[in-house]
Amino acid sequence: MFEDLRELYQEVIFDHNRNPRNFRVMADANRKVEGFNPLCGDRLTLYLKMDGDKIADASFQGSGCAISTASVSLMTEIIKGKTETEADALFKIFHEMTTGKDEQINLEAVGKLAVLAGVREYPARVKCATLAWHTLDAALKNEQKSISTE
Amino acid sequence: MTTFPIDKIRADFPILAEKIRNKPLVYLDSGASCQKPNAVIDSISHVYRHEYANIHRGVHTLSVRATDKFEAAREKVRGFINAASTKEIIFVRGATEAINLIAQTYGKANIKSGDEIVITAMEHHSNIVPWQMLCEQTGAVLKVAPMNTKGELIFDELSALLNDKTRLVAVAHMSNALGTINPVEKIIAAAHALNIPVMLDGAQAIPHIAVDMQALDCDFYVFSGHKLYGPSGIGVLYGKQALLEAMPPYQGGGDMIKTVSFEKSTYAGLPHKFEAGTPSIADVIGLGAAIDYLNEIGMANIAAYEAELLAYSTQQAKQIKGLRIIGEAEDKGAILSFVLDKIHPHDIGTMLDSLGIAIRAGHHCAMPVMDFYGVPATARASFAMYNTKAEIDVLMDGIKSLIEVFG
Ligand SMILES: Cc1ncc(COP(=O)(O)O)c(C=O)c1O
Repeated sequence: MFEDLRELYQEVIFDHNRNPRNFRVMADANRKVEGFNPLCGDRLTLYLKMDGDKIADASFQGSGCAISTASVSLMTEIIKGKTETEADALFKIFHEMTTGKDEQINLEAVGKLAVLAGVREYPARVKCATLAWHTLDAALKNEQKSISTE
Repeated sequence: MTTFPIDKIRADFPILAEKIRNKPLVYLDSGASCQKPNAVIDSISHVYRHEYANIHRGVHTLSVRATDKFEAAREKVRGFINAASTKEIIFVRGATEAINLIAQTYGKANIKSGDEIVITAMEHHSNIVPWQMLCEQTGAVLKVAPMNTKGELIFDELSALLNDKTRLVAVAHMSNALGTINPVEKIIAAAHALNIPVMLDGAQAIPHIAVDMQALDCDFYVFSGHKLYGPSGIGVLYGKQALLEAMPPYQGGGDMIKTVSFEKSTYAGLPHKFEAGTPSIADVIGLGAAIDYLNEIGMANIAAYEAELLAYSTQQAKQIKGLRIIGEAEDKGAILSFVLDKIHPHDIGTMLDSLGIAIRAGHHCAMPVMDFYGVPATARASFAMYNTKAEIDVLMDGIKSLIEVFG
């Protein structure tokens, strides 16, 4: 019945929505930032444990739509063990993949995150996918505050 | 209801024939904005083709023609809400501007530090923020009357908030997030017993309920044209003449003055005192056409038909496991707000959109209502006179299928 939506709602997204990874409070986090999308009320708290410039651990709490939940869940998986520079590079590619005009994005570079490429056809949903990454960006810049997509 | 001319009405709204994602459009977002009948679309293009010029300014024929049409629309609005005089009908951009106007003119002139303004827990942001701004400017205090879990105003609690410091009660006639219709007659009686004026936010109520300013006896009533099958960018502030006379103007400029010199200007009489600058001329005339159209069908017929749609949709929704209706007031207009277990309203919105169904998903500019129910957002189907039970079936089938897909 929802054939048109297969690109947007891939099975991986349903899976992460049903069973979000790294969905927990991190007691010994040394970075903690809240992300908020006032348009839809999505709220998430991102926890990072930094070891030098390496992301030793990442987790989150909060509630959001399937796209935003899957996005943050996938993100916490993929950034673990990455350096700040590597995570920042991923953010840039992810941003390009979800908002850019360029057809030729290197999907290999984003790995599993490619399942979120479909949102670029749904301008109303792009922010759902990017909230996690904007929150990460703030956390990496060590901005201990809430960020908002608006 | 005998025979509501639903087929004719649907044929009058050309956009209803539109295909969305290759499916027939099922438009269930009239609470956000209504679609427009040919009568309105044609009247606007007629104005620009045959009757357009600036109003109240020219001796030439076209200006006279436009002015006559514009003022005739004011008379149509007066008749539609049974105000005593066209002097009490002020054209503004919409409900939001009307409320800001009241806050910044009536409010600034009459509300002082320590005074109180009473609203309810179910207000739209546009009936919260202008009062908060006024409170910040004056030191007045905003008091919020609570509601129960069905989404009904607790009238006794509102009553208990009224005292000799209360300067205004500002209440939604009908809630956009819940559909609740408030007991406005009782509220007005209670406030007037203490000489407190009452403003009703009629943005949601106006397309569903016949209103009569003289019978209601409210002091201010505001609504937007675009939710009344009229154009966007135009709305109405009704105010009792004596109150409007005593209020300072809102904006200064052309049309709102009697005389201007560099020493002093004097202001025009009502309603022009509050209509500075060139208004949305064709849209006001279009709003008049919408009112003619509604009068032809009859507000009582519309209300009866929509009550059936609401009852049917409510009954169907209750059969769906995992669906929770948000807002179950006894007295309710044609709005079905709901949440689904473990499925975010935005996903509901996108999924239904792929089936051609337009609903609203979000906080509906009523974040305090969302907080009250402990949800980040709801999905909302809002019905208008052009919707059908068959469309409600499409909606319900869509909801059932998406629940399945989410598993
Ligand atoms: C109850 C209520 N009040 C006020 C408004 C504001 O109307 P507008 O945006 O047309 O000014 C709305 C619109 O959604 C509403 O539903």
